Amino acid sequence: MFTTKNGEKIFVIDSHIALWDGSPANQRNIHGEEFINCFYGYHKISPKEYYWPREKFEKYSEADLIKDLFEEGYVDMAIFQPAYLGDFYKEGFGNLKRNWALIQQHPDRLIGNGWWDPRNGEGGLEQLEREAEMYKLKGVKLYTAEWHGNSKGYKLSDPWAQRYLQKSIELGIKNIHVHKGPTILPLNRDAFDVADVDDAASSFPDLNFIVEHCGLPRLDDFCWIATQEPNVYAGLAVASALIHTRPRYFAEIISELLYWLGADRILFGSDYAIWRPKWIIEQFMDLELSEDLAAEANHTLSLEVKKKIMAENCARLYDINIAKQCARLGLPIVEEPVGKDAGVGVA
Amino acid sequence: MEQDMNRPDRLEQVRAALDTVTDPEIDESVTALEFISRVEVNDDNDVCVEFRLPTFWCAPNFAFMMASDMRDAVTEIDWVRSISVRLLDHFSADLINRGIALKQDFRDAFPGETDDDLESVRLKFLGKAFERRQELLMRYLLGIGFTAEWMTRISLQDLMGLSLDSEGARLRTLYIFAWRRLRPERPDADLAFVALNEDPLEPSQLPNYLRKIGGVRRNAEYNGLICRSLLAERKAEMAGVSD
Repeated sequence: MFTTKNGEKIFVIDSHIALWDGSPANQRNIHGEEFINCFYGYHKISPKEYYWPREKFEKYSEADLIKDLFEEGYVDMAIFQPAYLGDFYKEGFGNLKRNWALIQQHPDRLIGNGWWDPRNGEGGLEQLEREAEMYKLKGVKLYTAEWHGNSKGYKLSDPWAQRYLQKSIELGIKNIHVHKGPTILPLNRDAFDVADVDDAASSFPDLNFIVEHCGLPRLDDFCWIATQEPNVYAGLAVASALIHTRPRYFAEIISELLYWLGADRILFGSDYAIWRPKWIIEQFMDLELSEDLAAEANHTLSLEVKKKIMAENCARLYDINIAKQCARLGLPIVEEPVGKDAGVGVA
Repeated sequence: MEQDMNRPDRLEQVRAALDTVTDPEIDESVTALEFISRVEVNDDNDVCVEFRLPTFWCAPNFAFMMASDMRDAVTEIDWVRSISVRLLDHFSADLINRGIALKQDFRDAFPGETDDDLESVRLKFLGKAFERRQELLMRYLLGIGFTAEWMTRISLQDLMGLSLDSEGARLRTLYIFAWRRLRPERPDADLAFVALNEDPLEPSQLPNYLRKIGGVRRNAEYNGLICRSLLAERKAEMAGVSD
């Protein structure tokens, strides 16, 4: 829980966290090594005092996660968004079983999403059924850039992806978190294309599509899609970490999102353990939009808006009752929001 | 002896040629982004350029574009006898380096993995560079007091004749470079500021227009800052390994 300077308590749901194993023992090949190196490069956008040594970054413990999120990081609830990456890591980079074990110790705090990959065909659909039941899945994290044998990525508009989306509805999995990484085939295309999200969002209006990293580096394309499709949301993971080194730039991103999507479709995420939520949340809660940006956004970054981003929007998607959750966790009760804002600034 | 005296000068010339090569997604030069890890000129005027990108997976199409642009830029220097460009530490390095050495078309370098040449991607990103540079220049000109009406009316020639401070002149040079590359056959009497599809701009619509093309700059800026951070860490890691 974050306490403002005026003493107001803010409930926090971190919609994007991970418990990964990128250590050499789990690396399947050079790709596994390069992948965690790349993450470590991202990690270095943190303030210096938050740097981890490489070994710890490759594999940290469950106790680290609990401390960094719930004891020091103001986070009240968090959602695992596992990236499997089976072609790079022997036991997977993220691992549902390991997540589940921790969820059982902290059932009021942790939610575990699963994943699927349309290239696994029928077998993958059966696996999804099993995992949906075993892990009570309400959401999945999709990594469209994931390598899989000879394939270097897939699109949500692929026929098999459509079958998996249909299956997700049947299984009660309604939150589809999409990491739009650079799928690289065919090689001559602009690889960050987000158009397939548009296609999937209009074909499956009952599903929520949370585009992680708000489509960066195709923020403009993403915003365009999100204005067309009411079931498309922006996940702030990665973008939020820019707040330290590039506050003005982060403010520009937030004002674009507020202008195009409004305040009800933006979800906070730290992308732990690339970054620890503590400093991101402190800086975000401190942030105000400059006059010119607020005018462009047609919104201010008021406390009401911040509360929506920090928890209320995510709570709606995951059927979390914040007041009840406070009671369960023994926290001061935060009042339930009055309701969605009536579309201020939504195009 | 004469060659020895010329060597530093020749390295400079090669570096200057590389300055003109940009990363298409970031719209900054490969030298400013510090992608170039080694430049060498030997006694026979054979040039060797090595470069490293921020990650092992940076898109091969952009890598190929940058490598072939480097090769072509250095080839244009009159004294160069041969040029070898090598991409390091990349999952497609072998295919790209061979393709560049053999002056292959991208399709032939990656048989079966592409369905067209790179020209359409190249054109798309040239358009993005045009918009990004245009937004920066127009905002700058608005900031120093020029009006929207005036800007939507002037010709490229008028723009070139403006007296600007060094920052303004720099933004103008970058913009005109993109303008000319997009429409090399157009006369300088044409409008200086038009939309990418060549439509004239409405003064009253200028704020909306700038907001729209501002998206291009924001994406490029994101790419730039992430790339710099990843590359810095990658270099530190490489240095650690070789120590």
